[in-house]
Amino acid sequence: MRSQRQVWGDTLVELVRGDDRVVVIDGDLATSTMASRVAEQHPDAFIQAGIAEQSMVGMAFGMSTLGYRPWLSSFGVFLTHRALDQVRMLVAQTGAPVRIAASYAGLLNGSSGKTHQDIEDLAIMRAMPGMTVVAPADEFEAAAAIRWADTFAGPVYLRLARDAVAPVFDSDYRFELGAVRTVREGADLALVSTGVQTSRTLAAAELLEAHGISARVVHAPTIKPLDPAGLLAAAGGAPLVISVEEHTVIGGLGSLVAELFADHGVTTPLFRIGLADEWSESAPNDFLLHKHGLSPRRVCEQVLARLRQ
Amino acid sequence: MTPEKPARPSDDELAALSREGRWRVISTVAASGAGHIGGPLSAMDLLISLYFGELRIDPAQPQHPDRDRFILSKGHNAIGLYSVLAMRGFFPLDELATFDRGDSRLQGHPDMKLTPGVDASSGSLGQGLSAGAGMALAARRLGKTFHTWVMLGDGELEEGMVWESVISAPRYGLDNLTAIVDLNGLQQFGWPRQEHDRFDRSEPMGHTDLEAVFTGFGWRPIRIDGHDFGAIRRAFDEATGARGSDGRPSVILADTAKGRGVSFAEGAYRWHNGVATDAQLAVAHAELGFPDPQPEPPKESIR
Repeated sequence: MRSQRQVWGDTLVELVRGDDRVVVIDGDLATSTMASRVAEQHPDAFIQAGIAEQSMVGMAFGMSTLGYRPWLSSFGVFLTHRALDQVRMLVAQTGAPVRIAASYAGLLNGSSGKTHQDIEDLAIMRAMPGMTVVAPADEFEAAAAIRWADTFAGPVYLRLARDAVAPVFDSDYRFELGAVRTVREGADLALVSTGVQTSRTLAAAELLEAHGISARVVHAPTIKPLDPAGLLAAAGGAPLVISVEEHTVIGGLGSLVAELFADHGVTTPLFRIGLADEWSESAPNDFLLHKHGLSPRRVCEQVLARLRQ
Repeated sequence: MTPEKPARPSDDELAALSREGRWRVISTVAASGAGHIGGPLSAMDLLISLYFGELRIDPAQPQHPDRDRFILSKGHNAIGLYSVLAMRGFFPLDELATFDRGDSRLQGHPDMKLTPGVDASSGSLGQGLSAGAGMALAARRLGKTFHTWVMLGDGELEEGMVWESVISAPRYGLDNLTAIVDLNGLQQFGWPRQEHDRFDRSEPMGHTDLEAVFTGFGWRPIRIDGHDFGAIRRAFDEATGARGSDGRPSVILADTAKGRGVSFAEGAYRWHNGVATDAQLAVAHAELGFPDPQPEPPKESIR
């Protein structure tokens, strides 16, 4: 079982080997993001920008105007927050083919705590015109999404997790922009999830099965552009829809589903699971997932409580 | 065919072009109803010297892959750049009248997707130098010989991102990159010094020894009078002549006067932006000695 950052490092090594216009620009976090694998095996494709995320984005934009397809390598929080203006102005507004590999995205980042957690990235990046936002579920979807992003003509934000999760897909997986994936069938309710949380949401569905609850699990790897018809078909007909995301419930996947339902007059009850309007802390993964209601057991409990209402 | 460096005009010719550029700035902003005056005028002699005597560009092929690059990092000076681009033939002169209006290619801040000759979108201060560094780095990796120029304002040096680029560019050996700092000494609302002397000509960043700072970070500083065409020409030669030498990027620190060339705007912070009245337009026209026939600014305004 590989983590998404391992997959990213390994896949980038293959991409730079095949095309010298692919470069990785690192913000001095290569050993964490696994960009170090490119630095070690193909140093010509590796550019050290230093601890200067804003400059990284500017350089990536500048290089893209000469035909390069740069990957930005840093922790997500430094790209979506510290360099937000640069991403907005130089990448999204110009449509530059810059790939933002947001490593350590979400809540779980190796006990670094709230300075390094990025729990607002989906809300921020999906609000930005011209930005494509992808949150793969596991190593296989990450690998496919990285290969897809490399050939995409515009800017891409790729939400990658630090730690490995149980696979949702297999090695044959093919990424398709916007496509919604039903990864488990069930009749009593639909759980809608994105990113690596889908793996934990699937586990929660297994726990619900033991309680006699049949839960469908719908995975939305593409936050933008969204396939409204696909998501409505996959989730809209269920008696109850519950969104589950490793992200604040403000502006992320749950908000997206609510907007979609409102736009299309869908009256299915919707309940959002995710971080409330609160900061987290530094702690082991299991502790944080439990505390914020994202562990399989806590998701199961919240679903049961909701069904009892 | 790679664009060639233009034959350099005489100082008198450059001065005449600069006067025309200044008039186009003032008259276009007057017609548009809003826009920046002070910065475009302080930088005009530098822009004219670049576009008419230095940059290897071809208005007929604005996207030529081997052209020199220019980024106006102080993007609020867009009308200064547009005036020079129009005079250089990138688009019709009468298109200047559409500045800052709906459906115009000439946005309030430069947009590379819309305006021929604009190499990078800008306007959020501080971003241009790193973009230029990326272009210069890409050029070196690709074996291209073009030069990348980035113009910054002195107030813009207060943006932290500028210094990320100042620190990093020498590390990549980017002696094919030149920054020009328009040191006009005035920001939109100055640098507060004391209650009754709020606008000190020596500020902003005037308290900083910029030559020492840039030298310390590994740059080649060239300090000049930004209104002396001979000094500008020698600075350009020194900066481009250093390409392929010691890996140091050059920075031309150009002392200028905000609102240069028009008596009521020169040195006056309130003309950072502003709209000239008809009477002021007449004064500007007389002082700039714009040759006949006098271009009539459009009178209608949508504002």
